[in-house]
Amino acid sequence: MADEKGPVEIVQTPVELDYTYTAGQAATRFLKGVEQGKFLGQRCPVDGLVYVASRGSSPKHGVPTGPDTVEVSDKGTLISFSIVRIPSANLSVEPPFAAISVLLDGADSHLMHVLDECPLEEVRMGMRVEAVWLPKDQWTASMQNVTHFRPTGEPDAPFDSYKDHL
Amino acid sequence: MAELCGVVGIGQTEHRAARTDVSMAGLLREAAERALEDAQLTWKDIDAVVIGKAPDLFEGVMMPELFLAEALGGAMKPMLRVHTAGSVGGSTGIVAASLVQAGIHDRVLCVAWEKQSESNAMWALTISMPFSVAVVAGAGGYFAPLIRGYIRRSGAPDDTGIRVALKDRLNALKNPYAHLQIPDVTFEQIEQSPMLWDPIRYLETCPSSDGACAMVLSSERLAEQAPTRPAWVHATAMRSEPTMFAGRDQVIPRASLDNAKALYEKAGITNPRQQIDVAEIYVPFSWFEPMWMEGMLFAPTNEGWKMTYEGATAMDGDMPINPSGGVLSSNPIGASGLLRFAEAAMQVRGQAGEHQVDGARKALGHAYGGGSQYYSTWIVGSDKP
Ligand SMILES: [Zn+2]
Repeated sequence: MADEKGPVEIVQTPVELDYTYTAGQAATRFLKGVEQGKFLGQRCPVDGLVYVASRGSSPKHGVPTGPDTVEVSDKGTLISFSIVRIPSANLSVEPPFAAISVLLDGADSHLMHVLDECPLEEVRMGMRVEAVWLPKDQWTASMQNVTHFRPTGEPDAPFDSYKDHL
Repeated sequence: MAELCGVVGIGQTEHRAARTDVSMAGLLREAAERALEDAQLTWKDIDAVVIGKAPDLFEGVMMPELFLAEALGGAMKPMLRVHTAGSVGGSTGIVAASLVQAGIHDRVLCVAWEKQSESNAMWALTISMPFSVAVVAGAGGYFAPLIRGYIRRSGAPDDTGIRVALKDRLNALKNPYAHLQIPDVTFEQIEQSPMLWDPIRYLETCPSSDGACAMVLSSERLAEQAPTRPAWVHATAMRSEPTMFAGRDQVIPRASLDNAKALYEKAGITNPRQQIDVAEIYVPFSWFEPMWMEGMLFAPTNEGWKMTYEGATAMDGDMPINPSGGVLSSNPIGASGLLRFAEAAMQVRGQAGEHQVDGARKALGHAYGGGSQYYSTWIVGSDKP
């Protein structure tokens, strides 16, 4: 349809899809732990490596993890990071912030979170970090119980201790 | 492989931030018609159509192959859709080639595209899962920690990425189809461009493009009759692995190395850096050039950056990488892999114009996707394998 403004070139048609999300057995096990202030993982029966959170199976070997749960520390090593300076819809945090990969002590899989209480120019690989939890009376079965990670002040972990997890 | 397969027609669109002059169907048709014209064929000469694009979520059009079939001459013909995330363009070319190599069809049209102006890939890739915190900001947010891991592990100088970006941006000036054209671009300009996802700078990042690429692949008998010298398919390879598992090497994943070994074995290549004349490698962020020099076994572990640093990957180096300007200069996501395959074929057909590498007779096209977990590659040559 052309008029003095020219032809219509693009039309925005927003759509919305509402989901009822069921966490499933594996994520429920992990989130119930987080509700108690604990990080629970499961071991792969083939190589013995600990997945936190486990999705219920080892992606490498295609077998169920467990059946036992393994509690790991809420401290760990920052194995890599990015300083995110660009905004995006859906982000839980306002840029700039440090998005970090954390290898929790006792775990062999890493998780992504935010590092705070640390100047951005001091963020580095190998830094020792710990989870900062909401006050206990606000805990729910969600990773939002952990507001962020912060440096512990311990000496940095040597590169060799995490280089196979990059 | 039972039959030989040759690339007889290649077409691509002008890649731009917003091709509002064409619909999605029009964009694909533009590339496809150019490929047919190059092959001096018409729609009725095509036996089957293979199409590929990145996840449907990007444009919010589910199964777009259904409404695009007519525009691509696909009505009443076999039509196949390929899905392998960002590597999909490469996989689309491989699926089309395999239909010819298997003797199922004599002439196959493959087309891949993205119309990023009608989509929001950054949003689609910033995934917010229930009960979790969302901190991965788009593709750059995902890949930046991997790049940092590479820098730490290899000891590469900090400015390696800037050098890659400068080379690819200068190469793009020789490619009329390239989206980002920055005349007189300098090292300092790239260095001073804003950090988006530290250590990735704005000018070390691919643009968001609208664009499409198409190729016509033929059986040996028909390729021999083609008006222009075909690019013969010497070998193809695809590999994948899970996005995450404990102990996974995310920097240079196993699937990349396995893919490279399989490809070279099929092509009878024992020294890729010496035996391949030019390569188009999927480099959406500058640092992926040195990473894939190792991932494709052009360089020993932790030494990929030396190839960039020594100028080996420049147009006049011994292993020119991305003479077209690469993904850093045009990124119609789904098409980007097929563009790498097509540019490799253009090189061995002597069709690359100003960005032609002199005397190129054997070229490699490469694509990767997802969380560095999907790989598709091919080697094409001026001579039959
Ligand atoms: Zn396992």
